[in-house]
Amino acid sequence: MAGKDAHVLSHPSPLLPLLLHWQSNKHLDMRTGNSLWLLTKKTLTGALIGITISDRYVTLSPLRGSSMHPTFTGSSTSFPGSLKGDVILVERFCLQKYKFSHGDVIIFRTPTNQKQIFVKRLIALPGDWIQVPESSEILQIPEGHCWVEGDNPASSLDSRSFGPIPLGLVQGRVTHVIWPPQRIGHVERKMPTGRISPY
Amino acid sequence: MAVGGRAAAWLASAARRFGSVPWRDISAEAVHRTLLVVKAACFAHVINSHVVGVALVRGPSMLPTMNLTGDIIAVDRITARRGTVAVGDVVLFRSPENPRKTVIKRVLGLEGDTVTYVVDPHKGDASKTLVVPKGHVWVQGDNIYDSRDSRQFGPVPYGLIQGRVFYR
Repeated sequence: MAGKDAHVLSHPSPLLPLLLHWQSNKHLDMRTGNSLWLLTKKTLTGALIGITISDRYVTLSPLRGSSMHPTFTGSSTSFPGSLKGDVILVERFCLQKYKFSHGDVIIFRTPTNQKQIFVKRLIALPGDWIQVPESSEILQIPEGHCWVEGDNPASSLDSRSFGPIPLGLVQGRVTHVIWPPQRIGHVERKMPTGRISPY
Repeated sequence: MAVGGRAAAWLASAARRFGSVPWRDISAEAVHRTLLVVKAACFAHVINSHVVGVALVRGPSMLPTMNLTGDIIAVDRITARRGTVAVGDVVLFRSPENPRKTVIKRVLGLEGDTVTYVVDPHKGDASKTLVVPKGHVWVQGDNIYDSRDSRQFGPVPYGLIQGRVFYR
């Protein structure tokens, strides 16, 4: 081994500087590769933590459509990046026990299309009797279901068209409006009176 | 006076010792460890709820396929999310009657399919036929004699499906 080294040293090849240069370059590449790797690792960790928080605790969501006017205003365009509509804060703690109160604003997957998520107000819980608007019919909410309605009955697709929805479709409870700045605030519980009776 | 002086000296030395503990290192280490645990938990959550989950199932309703006493199953979450559940798949979904319960049944009809089912297998073979509405699936247990499924509570919204069982 030593003999070989001595040989190289005693007859420096013209390629040696080039070789050295290449070596240092390789070093440099390794360093940028390392920092790149670190960056990806950090991004991935951030994404994992973000997804977990948004799945289990709180999440943000932009709104579209006018079914909850005047509580929220939604953007009319379907372009997801636009900030015309309200952005709401949704908490998911309620999903651990599925405990809700009358008048909560909830988000849920629609029973007709699992990719659509709607925001509506929870009107009746299991066991309640509700008077269905526009038909004067009285209906009992079955076990594990709830009745949801938009605040703007004129343009809202809700339980009046698809009936009571299973509570399992509920994805969270809306607590605050956080955008635009002039509308920041807590979302109140609100109930239409005289529509439901507990027994 | 002497006692007071000794107490003061003791206090001073205690303060010195307290000050010489490497609090910064200890807290940094603690933060580091906690972060590691948090990261692991997040990783587990994301894998479990977005890629492949694990669940324990019990009960008589799926009898020939699953044991009565309990099976550990692997649940594929991607198929359900992408909406490509097919007829014949065994799926895990939230019970429409009790959202805290997750049940497992076999899909027998997708939206628009016509399903014929025996109303009550204990009482004869009177059967009914219906069309599964949009966005719903028809689910039934493999053990039709002891299963609470779409025959009682009707078609189930697709949004309740949590995953497809692919391995026992």
